[in-house]
Amino acid sequence: MRVSYNWLKEFVDLDISPRELADRLTLAGIAVERIEETGKGIEKVVTGRIETISAHPNADKLVVATVNTGAEKLQIITAATNVRAGDVVPVAVEGARLAGGLVIKRASLRGMESRGMMCSGRELGIDPATMSPEEAHGIMLLPPGTPPGRDAKKVLGLDDAILELDLTPNRGDCLSVIGVAREAAALLGLPFRQPQAVFPELEENISGKVKVEIEARDLCRRFVGRLVKNVRVGRSPLWMQQRLRDAGIRPISNIVDVTNYVMLELGQPMHAFDYNLVREGRIIVRRGREGEKITSLDGVERELTPDMLAITDPSGPVAIAGVMGGLATEVSKKTTAVLLEAAYFDPTSIRRTSKALGLRSEASLRFEKGIDIDGCAGASARAVQLITGMEAGEAVAGMVDNYPGLVPEKTLSLRSERATHILGVEVPREETFNILTNLRFKVEDTGNEMLVTVPTYRVDVSREIDLIEEIARMYGYNRVPVTLPYGLSTAGIKTGKQAFLDRIQELLAGSGLYEVVTYSFVHPRVFDRMNLPENSPLRDTVKIQNPLSEENSVMRTMMLPGLLEVLAKNYSRRVQNGAVFETGKVFYPRRGDSLPEERLVLSAASMGRTAGSWNTPSREMDYYYLKGVLENLFRELGTAPVAYRPETANPSFHPGRTASLETGNEKLGVLGELHPDVLEKFDIPEKVTAFELDLAGLLAVSGRPLQYGALPKFPGIERDIAIIVGQDTPAAEIMDTIRSAGGELLQSVSLFDLYRGEPVPEGNQSMAFSLKFQALDRTLTDAEAGERTEVIARALAARFGAELRG
Amino acid sequence: MREKLQELCHEALQALDAAGSLEDLNETRIKYLGKKGALTQVLRGMGKLSAEERPRIGQAANEIRSAIEERLAARTDELKVAVQEQRLRREVIDVTLPGTPVQWGGKHPLTRVRENIQDIFLGLGYVIAEGPEVETDYYNFEALNLPQDHPARDMQDTFFVSGGNLLRTHTSPVQVRFMEKTAPELPVKIIVPGKVYRRDDDATHSPMFHQVEGLAIDRRITFSDLKGTLDLFAREMFSPDTRTRFRPSYFPFTEPSVEVDISCVMCRGKGCRVCSHTGWLEILGAGMVHPRVLEVSGYDSEEVTGFAFGMGVERIAMLKYGIDDMRLLFENDLRFLQQFR
Ligand SMILES: [Zn+2]
Repeated sequence: MRVSYNWLKEFVDLDISPRELADRLTLAGIAVERIEETGKGIEKVVTGRIETISAHPNADKLVVATVNTGAEKLQIITAATNVRAGDVVPVAVEGARLAGGLVIKRASLRGMESRGMMCSGRELGIDPATMSPEEAHGIMLLPPGTPPGRDAKKVLGLDDAILELDLTPNRGDCLSVIGVAREAAALLGLPFRQPQAVFPELEENISGKVKVEIEARDLCRRFVGRLVKNVRVGRSPLWMQQRLRDAGIRPISNIVDVTNYVMLELGQPMHAFDYNLVREGRIIVRRGREGEKITSLDGVERELTPDMLAITDPSGPVAIAGVMGGLATEVSKKTTAVLLEAAYFDPTSIRRTSKALGLRSEASLRFEKGIDIDGCAGASARAVQLITGMEAGEAVAGMVDNYPGLVPEKTLSLRSERATHILGVEVPREETFNILTNLRFKVEDTGNEMLVTVPTYRVDVSREIDLIEEIARMYGYNRVPVTLPYGLSTAGIKTGKQAFLDRIQELLAGSGLYEVVTYSFVHPRVFDRMNLPENSPLRDTVKIQNPLSEENSVMRTMMLPGLLEVLAKNYSRRVQNGAVFETGKVFYPRRGDSLPEERLVLSAASMGRTAGSWNTPSREMDYYYLKGVLENLFRELGTAPVAYRPETANPSFHPGRTASLETGNEKLGVLGELHPDVLEKFDIPEKVTAFELDLAGLLAVSGRPLQYGALPKFPGIERDIAIIVGQDTPAAEIMDTIRSAGGELLQSVSLFDLYRGEPVPEGNQSMAFSLKFQALDRTLTDAEAGERTEVIARALAARFGAELRG
Repeated sequence: MREKLQELCHEALQALDAAGSLEDLNETRIKYLGKKGALTQVLRGMGKLSAEERPRIGQAANEIRSAIEERLAARTDELKVAVQEQRLRREVIDVTLPGTPVQWGGKHPLTRVRENIQDIFLGLGYVIAEGPEVETDYYNFEALNLPQDHPARDMQDTFFVSGGNLLRTHTSPVQVRFMEKTAPELPVKIIVPGKVYRRDDDATHSPMFHQVEGLAIDRRITFSDLKGTLDLFAREMFSPDTRTRFRPSYFPFTEPSVEVDISCVMCRGKGCRVCSHTGWLEILGAGMVHPRVLEVSGYDSEEVTGFAFGMGVERIAMLKYGIDDMRLLFENDLRFLQQFR
C-alpha cells in the first residue's frame, strides 16, 4: 500500500514531517518501508501554452514551437509529435532539473536556438506503468484551461511524500488512506475528521430503476447500489490522476478513476456498470453455474463454478464479484448512466476465487482481508459526491441497500490484571482507556473490567488478547521493561543424540573433511546417475507436488548424490582435491497419508589428494584414507567392532573396492570407491571414494564406556613376522588368525609392510606384522615369545598356506 | 731424576695444550699417565735411588701427576664445550619453514552459527527439541492458529507432498508437538533448530533454509521477559554493545507479536548500505504465544503464558561473517568453506 502524505492531511492535521510520521507508524506496527518524495530533484518546470508550431527549416523530424510561460515567450525545438498549438504542457526552462538529474541548458539544434524543453511524464519522475502508452511516449498534456507560468509540480500534485507500507495481513483496515489516518491520529493524539459525503440529487428516485437481489446471502452480506445519470465520460482531474498514479494505479476515465479513488481513500472496492447494459436494471448476486462463462475487463474469457460468487443480471454474469468486472457492461465513452456497486463479499470466497482464476486485483486484495461492512453506504455516497463534484454526472436520489443480516457489534471484556500478566508492565487504567478511545473503540469501565466495543473495520480484533496487543503497541513496545523469566530453573543439556551428532561433525572436521549443506530435494535423475536399477527401492520417493523445477522435485532417499554434485561443481571450478561430509535426513514414503519415515544419515566423499608439503608427501584420498577416518571416528565414538565385508554387487560402487560396514548382523552402511560409470555421469574425472552410514544404527552400537586397564609392570618383547600369502587372502582374516593363535600373551599385532612384486611369486604378496608379547605377572623370556611366534606361523601356514619369509 | 720428571711434566702439559680433540687428549693421557706411560717408566727407575731420596722423588712424582690430571680435566671441559658448540652450529635449521601440516577440515558456517545460538540458550536452561521436516497441515498451520484460507498462509509459500502433507515452512510445528507431549508439565523451555522449506528462490531466498525457534512456557512469563531474553541473546550473539529495538508485527501464532531489530553490526547504528541507512537490522520475529495455540496444545491459557521466537540462521550467518550473497551458503565451494576453520 502506497499512501500519500497530503491525502492523509485531509483527515488529520499532521504536525510532523513524513519521515517522523513513518517512524511513529513503524514503531506502532504499520511498517513504512520507504518514503518516496514525488517531484524530488525537479526544479524550474512551469506550465506553458504553445502559441505556434512550425516546421524546422533544417530538419524533417524537428519542429519549432513558441511557448508562452507567462513571463516570456520561449522558442523551443522538439521532436515530439503529439503537441499542437493551444496545448498546455510542462516546460523545463533554462537551468531546470529533471528526474534522473538531467539539467536543461540553452542549446542549438540544427542551427536554431532552443531555450527549454517540453516534458513527458517520465521526465517528471512519473512511473510509466501508471500512464497510458500514448502518455508514456509523448509530451504530457495538461488540461486546456491551465494558466501558463505556474509551477508544474504543484499543478500536477508532484509535491507529495508517498509512504510505502509493508502491512501485516491482519491490518486490512490500513489498505486505505482513512485507515492510516486513523492510526496516525490515535498515535499522535490528534483529532480525526470522519468524511461526510454531501451532494445534490435529482428529483427522480432510484426505486423502480435498480433492483438488487442477493441469492447467495452467505457470500454477499451487503450490496449498496446507486445510480448516476447524464454521465459524461472523460478524463478525471489532474490531482485525482496523480493520486492514483502515486498509489500505483493507472488513470482510465473519470468514472473508473472515482471508483479507484474511493477504494484507496476508504478501503471499499467499488465497481461501475454501464446502467443501460444491465438488463432491467436488475442485479442478482448468486453463485456461478457450472459451465457459465464471462469475459472479464482484461478481455479474458473465464469459466465460473458454483464456488464463485457472480454479479449477474437476468441474462447472465456481469462481474466476478469482488475480483473483476465484466467486459460487456464496462463503462465506455458511450456510457450515459452508471450503476455504482459498493458491496461486502465473503473474504474466503473471494480469496478462493481469485486463486482459482489466478486473478489478483486491488479489489480482491481488500475483500480477502475483510472490509468495513458498515462503510459500504458511505463509500458509495463518496463516489457520487466526487462524480457530481467534477460535473461528470448527476445523482439519482436514494440508494438500494440490500443488507440482509445486520452484523452485531462486537463487545469484549478487558481485565487490566490480565494485560499486566501478559505484558509484564502495568499500563495505568487511564492510559489504557485513552489508547482504546483514541483508536475509536468504545470503552465502558465497569470498575472490574472494561467493556470494549470494537469498530466494524477492525475485523482483526476479536479476543481480549487482541486488545492487549493494541494497548502494547500504542503504549510503545520500547517502553516495556527488560526482564528475565524467573521460576523453576532448568538444566540446558543436549540429548544423547544431539551430543553424538555434534561430536561426529567435530571429529570429521578434525579429520580434514569439510561439512557441506545440500538441498533435501533432488532431481529424480540422480538415481540414474547413481546407476540404480529400475526396481531399486531407493527410487520410491516422497514427491513434491508443486516443485519450483524438476531440479528439486523429490525428497532424497540417499545423501551421496548431493555430495557428488558438490565435488563435481568444485572440480569444474578447478578445486580438484577435497573431502566433504554432511549429516541430514533422507525420506522414505509410507503408505497412505502418513508422514514419511525420516532417517538421519552421515555421508562423506573424497576426491584427489591431501595437501602435501615440503616435508610431507601428499596422500591419495582413496578407500584407505576414508577408512582411516572412519576407524578413528568409530574409536572416538566408542563404537562396537565394525567388520568391513566386501560388497561386490552395489551398482553405485566399484565391485572390487567396496565394503559393507557391519556390527554383528546390523548393516551400518557402505564405504567404497564410486563406480566409474557413476563418476562419468556426474562428470567427475577423478576417482571418488565415499561412505554413507545410518546414524540411528551407528548411535545404537556406539558409546562404549571407557575403562581403565592395568599398565604392564614387566617388559614385553617385540617380534616381527613376515609371510608370503595369496593376494586374495583378506588381511582381516590373517590378523584374526594371528590373534587367536597368539593367545593372551599377544598384546597387539600391526601390519607394517605389504609388498607385491619381485622376488615375491606372482599372485602372492609379502606381509610383515609386528607382534607385541606381554605377560602381566612376569618378565617374558625370549623363548616364550619365540615359541608363540612359531605357533602363529604354523597357524598361518595351516590356514592360508602362508610361507614364512627370511 | 728430578730433572727428568720436570722435563716430563713440561712435555705432558704442552701436549695437553696442543691436543685438538677429546681423542687427542685421551692419547696424551695414556702416553703420560697410562700403565705403560712415561711417568710410570720414570718411576720404575726409583729402585736405584737412596732411601732418603725416594720419598722426595715420590712426592715430586705425585705432584706432577696431579698437575697433569688437573690440566687434563680443564682441557677436557674446554674441548667438550667446543665440540658441543660445533654440533649446535651444524644443527641450525630454518625456523621460518612451514610446519608439518595436520589434516584439518571445518564445519559449515551455518552449523557454527546454529551451535552458537544453541549454546546461548543451553546456558539459559533451554533444551533442544526436534521434529519432522515433512509435516501435516495440522501442525504446520492449523494448530498454529492458521486455519484453511487464512490470508497469512500467503506469507509462507508452501511445498506440498501427497496426503495433504507438506514440507514444514517453519520450525514452529515442533512447539505444538513438544507442548502436546509435555502438557501439563511446566516449565517448557526449548529451542528447535532445523531445516525449513518455502517456495522461493532468488538472491535473498533459498527454497531450503534453517531456522532456530524458541519457546518458553510457564506460569508467569511476560512480554518483558521476552524482551529481556532476546536482548540478552543479541548481546551474546553479536557484541555486548548491541542494542535492540522491538516493533509490533503480526504472526498468527503469537500475540502481541514483535519484530526485533538490532543496531547494525556493520556501522554500529550510524547507517550504511547493509542496514539501508536505518541503523537497524531485522533479525527475528517473536511474540507471546497466542492463547489458542496454548489451548490446542493442552495448556490452560488463563493459567500459563509464554513466548516464542524464531530466527533465520542464514541471515545471522550472513551478518556475522559479512557474507553478501545467500547462495554462497548452499554452493559448497571448498574455497568458501575453507574460510571457516
Ligand atoms: Zn549499517
